[in-house]
Amino acid sequence: MSWFRRKLRKLTTTGTERTQIPEGFWIKCAGCKEIIYRKEVDSNDRICPKCEYHFSISVDERISLTCDVGSFVEWSANLTSGDPLVFKDTIRYRERVKRAQKKTGRNDAMVIGEARILGWPAVVGVMDFTFLGGSMGSVVGEKITRAAERAIERRVPLILFSASGGARMQEGILSLMQMAKTSAAIARMGERNLPYISVMTDPTFGGVAASYSMLGDINIAEPGALIGFAGPRVIEQTIKQKLPEGFQHSEFLLEHGMLDLIVHRKQMRETLGRLLTFFGFKEAQPVA
Amino acid sequence: MNRHYLDFEKPLAELHEQIEKLRSGSEEGGPGNQKELDRLAHKVRAFEEEVYDKLTPWQQTQLARHPERPSMLEYVEQFVEDFVQLHGDRAFRDDPAMVGGLGRIGNREVVLLGHQKGRNLKTRVIRNFGMAHPEGYRKALRLMQFAERFGKPLVCFIDTPGAYPGLGAEERGQSEAIARNLLVMSRLKVPVVVVVIGEGGSGGALAVGVGDRILILEHSIYSVISPEGCAAILWKDGSKAPMAAEALKITARDLLELGVVDEILPEPLGGSHRDMTRMSRTIRDALVRHLTELEKLDPLERVELRYKKFCKMGIFEE
Ligand SMILES: [Zn+2]
Repeated sequence: MSWFRRKLRKLTTTGTERTQIPEGFWIKCAGCKEIIYRKEVDSNDRICPKCEYHFSISVDERISLTCDVGSFVEWSANLTSGDPLVFKDTIRYRERVKRAQKKTGRNDAMVIGEARILGWPAVVGVMDFTFLGGSMGSVVGEKITRAAERAIERRVPLILFSASGGARMQEGILSLMQMAKTSAAIARMGERNLPYISVMTDPTFGGVAASYSMLGDINIAEPGALIGFAGPRVIEQTIKQKLPEGFQHSEFLLEHGMLDLIVHRKQMRETLGRLLTFFGFKEAQPVA
Repeated sequence: MNRHYLDFEKPLAELHEQIEKLRSGSEEGGPGNQKELDRLAHKVRAFEEEVYDKLTPWQQTQLARHPERPSMLEYVEQFVEDFVQLHGDRAFRDDPAMVGGLGRIGNREVVLLGHQKGRNLKTRVIRNFGMAHPEGYRKALRLMQFAERFGKPLVCFIDTPGAYPGLGAEERGQSEAIARNLLVMSRLKVPVVVVVIGEGGSGGALAVGVGDRILILEHSIYSVISPEGCAAILWKDGSKAPMAAEALKITARDLLELGVVDEILPEPLGGSHRDMTRMSRTIRDALVRHLTELEKLDPLERVELRYKKFCKMGIFEE
């Protein structure tokens, strides 16, 4: 026990920066600023046991928390981005993508597939924020479009979990066009009266917020998630004043009419199941 | 002449000044004077042909943002007959950064909408430099649905640094407003032609930019992020904007190559502000040509082609 105390004391004396907390044992909660034993957070679906702050979770954790055991079948996993601009900043875009692939074990920032939630079939997509900030480039755009098209083909609802800083700058104008492409795909689903449920998680910004994320027939967010068009820093610089407490949090968006509901992570599966029950798409059509 | 010169146009400013001096200085007169004027005029032409033919992406950006660059309403005055401007989003207020209305181009009634930057400092402030709030996009949305209901083609003009990043804009759902327009525009059954007349700044531009045809004026730009913003993020240095302008591939020629625009409309030498009448005629003729082509298609086929057009944008490997 003295070891723990020593560790803690050291932490408090060297400051409260997140980076100075030893990886693996302790994490600082962005909600209540307390230092918490990591295992306690992990075993609680990555929710702070003190203040209910929702830490980010991996794509795999998201799928296992949401979908029925073993029901998720991924497709288009090998889609990889090109380099239309031959873009280079401090390093080449191709290299940046390679590093992200190595780090995440994924080809890009989006996973799509078919699954069941409490027995109900659905097409499910989850963004990976750890892959270049969940930025939307050609691959993310294509995957969302395919997800919507598959939902049409199979006549099942679509559920997308967003977590993204916005468009992927390194793909230039083509990343911007993914906003139009994905929104058009969602529009096509809507015309065929197929439901789309958007779940926004922390953070959802820019071109992702301003396209498919905000277009759900039902818009859901996790508690305390930051959601907006422009980032808070840009806004502060523009209007030259401090932003109010809670600005761009889920609760703020709910209050201003942008969300249907805020759903606690532990209630997400049950809530989605209830919504899917309402829509009543019992069986997926066979793939043509 | 009280022209605004961009930094790379300084030699031009000097030449013009010399010409002006010679012309007004009546005491010098005579054939020698005329010879000098001819010489200077020749230098002007040589400079212009050289410089405007080889503009860097950053210089293009400067031209696209030129304070004298004609705005949507100026073009409308030039070639739209019986224009009636319509106002408001029916929910919050009338956003002066987004304008629109109905009118006639030739013998065809159309609905027009687009960003409006001011024409002088005072109106630029009133129009928020063409940066719309959600109510601006919702006013545009209303006009799109208006066009659809009455079966009139839609013509959209893009000219904005971007959607306004402010507190009220976020409160009123800037993201939702932009997203909604993308969704609705993608399914309009009427023909939609978009013209980028100046600056195409990110989602705020695209929010009125989902068309069957996307045209761009030669010196306009269209980008996912401003060169300044990009430079600040990538190199932590806003002054590296010229580098970012280069890297982002935002010029008309780049955009045509990337398949994002369908046609480049040539500008008068030095930019559209140098001869607005000619520029207006070019835009008008292009609009008529594209609308005539688009009207031959079945509405549902047009919608499907528009969907496929945007689906094709993006480069990936599988
Ligand atoms: Zn906490």
